[in-house]
Amino acid sequence: MRKLAIKKLILLPGLLALSGVIGQAQAKSVNLLNVSYDPTRELYRDYNKLFVEYWHKKTGDHLTIDVSNGGSGKQARAVIDGLAADVVTLALAADINAIAEKSQLLPADWQRRFPNNSSPYTSVIVFLVRKGNPKHIKDWDDLVKPGVSVITPNPRTSGGARWNFLAAWAFAQKQLGQDEAGAKAFVTALFKNVPVLDTGARGSTNTFAQRGIGDVLLAWENEALLVLRDNADQFEIVTPSLSILAEPPVAVVEKTAEKHQTTEVARAYLEYLYSEAGQELAARHFYRPHNAAILAKFPVFKKLTLVTIDGDFGGWEKAQPHYFGDGGVFDQIYQSNKK
Amino acid sequence: MFLSQHRRHRVLPGFGLTMGFSLTYLSLLILIPLAGIFFKSAEHGWPHFWHAVSGQFAVASYRLSFGASLASAAVNAVFGLIVAWALVRYEFPGKRLVDACVDLPFALPTAVAGIALTTIYSPHGWIGRSFSAQGFIGSAFTPSGWFGQHFPPGTWLGDLLPGNGIPIAYTWLGVTIALTFIGLPFVVRTVQPVLADLRLDFEEAAASLGANYAQIFCRVILPELLPALLTGFSLAFARALGEYGSVIFIAGNIPGKTEITPRVIIVKLEDYDYAGAAAVAVVMLLFSFIIMLAINLTQWWSSRFYTRI
Repeated sequence: MRKLAIKKLILLPGLLALSGVIGQAQAKSVNLLNVSYDPTRELYRDYNKLFVEYWHKKTGDHLTIDVSNGGSGKQARAVIDGLAADVVTLALAADINAIAEKSQLLPADWQRRFPNNSSPYTSVIVFLVRKGNPKHIKDWDDLVKPGVSVITPNPRTSGGARWNFLAAWAFAQKQLGQDEAGAKAFVTALFKNVPVLDTGARGSTNTFAQRGIGDVLLAWENEALLVLRDNADQFEIVTPSLSILAEPPVAVVEKTAEKHQTTEVARAYLEYLYSEAGQELAARHFYRPHNAAILAKFPVFKKLTLVTIDGDFGGWEKAQPHYFGDGGVFDQIYQSNKK
Repeated sequence: MFLSQHRRHRVLPGFGLTMGFSLTYLSLLILIPLAGIFFKSAEHGWPHFWHAVSGQFAVASYRLSFGASLASAAVNAVFGLIVAWALVRYEFPGKRLVDACVDLPFALPTAVAGIALTTIYSPHGWIGRSFSAQGFIGSAFTPSGWFGQHFPPGTWLGDLLPGNGIPIAYTWLGVTIALTFIGLPFVVRTVQPVLADLRLDFEEAAASLGANYAQIFCRVILPELLPALLTGFSLAFARALGEYGSVIFIAGNIPGKTEITPRVIIVKLEDYDYAGAAAVAVVMLLFSFIIMLAINLTQWWSSRFYTRI
């Protein structure tokens, strides 16, 4: 009996101290979960540091931001299945559309909540080739030549690969003047030259850079520049005559943020990406900023003719099922490839 | 008499308790999730189910998944038996080390295995290089090489290896190698204890009665080992069918050619086609169940067949 009393005596101050710590923490600290896609790992690691500091100065709150990275489609599915993200920063609008449609966690017009289609930074699709460009790859029509081996992920599973596919399609239509059937034949020929379809952009980069497979990698510009920064003696970038403006969008998952009472900080987190500091950081991680003055400071971003998903393909709502749905154009390509 | 007494007084009491526990445990872990798959697959009705499971890519993936899994299990049955034999019957330095190595495929994260295998067997890797069209083995398999001359495209062997060396990574061969890797411990670990218990006097008796090596192996050793070997085979086969992590790196994932069935399921999930994904899973489950049943029947039949002799 006495033993128990002593135990209680010892326990009590400990418990009191513990509850004090928790109480204090509750008053001032906020947690935020950003669910993002694969290549943004480095960008958001740095951006989170920047924003935590900014937010602390502004409000005095201590912010902890967790980032989950993975293939864009897989991440969207995780949010639909219940991963409690406050914000999502994914590779394409189609994935956030899917979240809005299937989970109703954010409104259908989410893309109008932030400037520039809710894309604080953009990227384009470029070619990464081996040093000296031994196969003389200059433009999209060089990719369909026999004997050229092309590396791209699978558009059914990779956001980046969908941009690749649509850029090739746009080239066939605009530069070669092909109709729908001609563009399909062009893209079919291109995919005949693809020996392996990885699930995601990082997988393809590894296949090309680490395993030495293929003559050309179709890649996000930011991914290509990242590889080049570390291996400038092995690769070079070829900018094609035409590419597609890839707009990776961001959104507050409104219902989840409401529940977590993080709506305000979540909005600020995404808005700050448009600030000068945010834009400069994105540019340093090889994402094209919208801010023209900052864009001009980085000569690595070459000017090129760009098509857009909304202007040339009728938006993701139309393009996604038509090209990449079950039995869509991409599936048909492989069905005809078999013959 | 002894048996009936044994039954009345069990060594461990509490049949009701253990049985209840087992059923709950199995239901929570296996039966309920599997039943969920069946219900999910029926969500959009029969036409959708049929459309999902009979698509061109799905059917091609069944061929690859079941073919490569059977092939790898067969390879493991032969070579796993040899490894088990070497480990049980002979003493050699480093035996414990080799013994421990057999379990590595169990312990290694499958993705690590996949990346390692791909690196080695890709056209620029250590082994893959010799098998590429420029390599010293692969060059025989170009149209001008020995193999290409004897088996031009059009013959079945020529179509299987169409004149570009023997590419391993990103083909069905790579898939089979990855599946062989992860299946090896199953055969070795099931055969090893049976082999260790096998008494040498049987073989000596057979030899003294004038049996040659082949007869001893086929008539004395194999019948004893066969049940264990079949168990190992079916375990390796089952493991290979479900494998995703390691295969995904070494298969080219080209729809209709080098896409395994688990990958077809993932692609359907990416499309938010949960019912379609579940439908393909159901087909896989049914096929596996039938094959496992067939293997078990073979085992039962073989044990009866050999006891009659």
